Amino acid sequence: MHSILIIVFLPLIAAIVAGFTNKSAPSVFAKAITTGALFIGAALSWPIFLGFVGGTYEPTVVPVLKWVQSGTLTFDWALRVDTLTAIMLVVINTVSALVHLYSWGYMDEDPDQPRFFAYLSLFTFAMLMLVTADNLVQMFFGWEGVGLASYLLIGFWFRKPSAGAAAIKAFVVNRVGDLGFMLGIFGTYLVFDTVSISEILAAAPGMSGATIGFLGYTVQTMDVLCILLFIGAMGKSAQLGLHTWLPDAMEGPTPVSALIHAATMVTAGVFMVCRLSPMFEAAPVALGMVTFVGAATCIFAATVGTTQWDIKRVIAYSTCSQLGYMFFAAGVGAYGAAMFHLFTHAFFKALLFLGAGSVIHAMHHEQDMRYYGALRKHIPLTFWAMMAGTLAITGVGIYHLGAGFAGFWSKDAILEVAYGRGTELGNFAFWMGTFAALLTSFYSWRLMFLTFWGKPRWAESEHIQHAVHHGHDASDEHNPASQEDAGHDAHHPVPSKDYEAGTAGYHPHESPLTMLIPLVILSVGAVLAGQVFAPTFLDDAAFWGSSIFYNEPLIHAMHGVPYLVKYAAFIVMLLGLLVAWYAYIKDTSVPAKAAEQLGPVYRFLYNKWYFDELYHYLFVVPAFWLGRQFWKLGDVGTIDRFGPNGVAWVVEKGAVGAKRFQTGYLYSYALVMLLGLVAAITWVLF
Amino acid sequence: MIGIEHYIVVSAMLFVLGVLGIFLNRKNIIVILMAIELILLSVNIQLVAFSAFLGDLVGQVFAMFVLTVAAAEAAIGLAILVIYFRGRGTIAVDDVDRLKG
Repeated sequence: MHSILIIVFLPLIAAIVAGFTNKSAPSVFAKAITTGALFIGAALSWPIFLGFVGGTYEPTVVPVLKWVQSGTLTFDWALRVDTLTAIMLVVINTVSALVHLYSWGYMDEDPDQPRFFAYLSLFTFAMLMLVTADNLVQMFFGWEGVGLASYLLIGFWFRKPSAGAAAIKAFVVNRVGDLGFMLGIFGTYLVFDTVSISEILAAAPGMSGATIGFLGYTVQTMDVLCILLFIGAMGKSAQLGLHTWLPDAMEGPTPVSALIHAATMVTAGVFMVCRLSPMFEAAPVALGMVTFVGAATCIFAATVGTTQWDIKRVIAYSTCSQLGYMFFAAGVGAYGAAMFHLFTHAFFKALLFLGAGSVIHAMHHEQDMRYYGALRKHIPLTFWAMMAGTLAITGVGIYHLGAGFAGFWSKDAILEVAYGRGTELGNFAFWMGTFAALLTSFYSWRLMFLTFWGKPRWAESEHIQHAVHHGHDASDEHNPASQEDAGHDAHHPVPSKDYEAGTAGYHPHESPLTMLIPLVILSVGAVLAGQVFAPTFLDDAAFWGSSIFYNEPLIHAMHGVPYLVKYAAFIVMLLGLLVAWYAYIKDTSVPAKAAEQLGPVYRFLYNKWYFDELYHYLFVVPAFWLGRQFWKLGDVGTIDRFGPNGVAWVVEKGAVGAKRFQTGYLYSYALVMLLGLVAAITWVLF
Repeated sequence: MIGIEHYIVVSAMLFVLGVLGIFLNRKNIIVILMAIELILLSVNIQLVAFSAFLGDLVGQVFAMFVLTVAAAEAAIGLAILVIYFRGRGTIAVDDVDRLKG
């Protein structure tokens, strides 16, 4: 049996077993079986990946089951293992296994742990189905599967109304993208007469320049297909326009944010674009759109990230921004660089999220950075892990030393390749990306400084006050907020009188070992992933084989860009660090003053460019209005009025009329008898 | 010359009077009984008139039977009325609605 079968289906089996033993077995059983399954999966994934790195592993397709045979539409369940899949396998299984382990500590004392672990494993299965898909329909199956798991996990604390709303929002916004993806699949089948990925990719270059009628216009076939497919990717990967669900998705438990909304699911769009890269290469307009949307998202999300106070939202916007990098890398034709950033980003972003989870855990579920401060000494291990993540995401590294953290390698490669592309859009993406790198550095260090440096500002926090004054009561389940707090330890010392100012007598405590081990492992990844794998991902055409479109001249152009370009990211990183240091450590009155000075701009950014409000008035309000019309006029006014209610009215009125015949008066009956007799005689005689 | 038509017209008028007496009467059950007598009477007139007109005695014999039955019917009707009055203390037509379900 091929190991890929075990990798893919073990999480599914674990999810089913864990899900069905939700109430009947101790939660440790479900936790152990799902975590074990994922660690086995991770252990089996790395040899495959390293086999591709070493060039000893051949791409293969493992058939599983016949699926559909209908005319020319034939496809099977089959698992495709090539370089691209292998990269995703290690990313998904490693992060998922670590997140499972992390959740032992983070979700401890939550009453619904088996359900949580079952969802996590179900998600992992769906994601693996997506990346191993051999045809577009199977990919769509995984695509929807991860959407479902994402919905379930965002709404995991379903007693919180905001969590339920966020889950629905994520689902609905993703439907918009999925419509594009579905149309793309239909169109691809229409044009290529197959849904098999390898056959499509083989035929794609020949289709360049072909035209098709679409909405009454004659347009480039490949451009239409690729744009439709990319709309699907935009939804799943939270690109500008369809990004609104991602920040709200932070309502889910933090391990979920780390796994789904940072490392794996949101990168599915990037993966899909890379998987279909020969198709996109035949569609220049679509590639331009990918570049533009990627660059725009990159800068948009970074600007918003600089103003948010919720620690998870900052990281969520950061994720959105980093996904923008990946997309414009793909858009300029550097699919290898895009996948490389996906790979390194998975490590450092999962690390940042899990670190943030550890901070939140230590701060009794307070997420507002305004109430943090001075946590460096209280939770040193979390601090150092977050530090590694921050150094990685801001891209610390020096080109001439050939040394740097993970983000340095991938992000610089993307910026260089955008510049090296030499097109207008490439330059646009380069400048946007460089400016976004400045903002990335600023908001990342802002997060670090607000959280770990300065004076404690915990006393203001309601969560902390709750912890100090009332202790912790895990049994008050009718309070929605306590459902979230349920994952928290109860051992807070009674406050003494002589506590440090601003702490309210609260003592943050370092997270348990199950949470720290994943942080340490991911830190290693965040530090080394770029250094170790950069030559393979960026320069090794043999490594990629035929799994993506590898543009050899572009890579040469990338290495040939001026030194100023190579150092641009490093310079803006230092700049961002300096600004953040000045504003949040040196003179802490600066941010408030800047917000005051830049009033409208600040409010524009703080309110996320008013996207939610715009969509509210553009889509939600009309949809509600339409629904109300259908309800009031269509359903109540027409169907009910002439249907059930109308029939009831006729019967009622008829009965009232019929009732009159039975008066009980003798003469009435006599009259009727007479009339009947007259009628009968008339009938007989005439 | 008084012909058969005149008898029929008188009979019809009496019949209609009787019928209307039943339907339009809102006062008294005794009036209903009287109206029934009126209807029977009109039938009797017809029977006798046609008997004379056709020269067939069967009609007059039948009229005799009808008178007998009418007398019996009046007796029974009045008896019911007396019993009814004892039971309910009224014989006003509008109060006699026990047939209503």
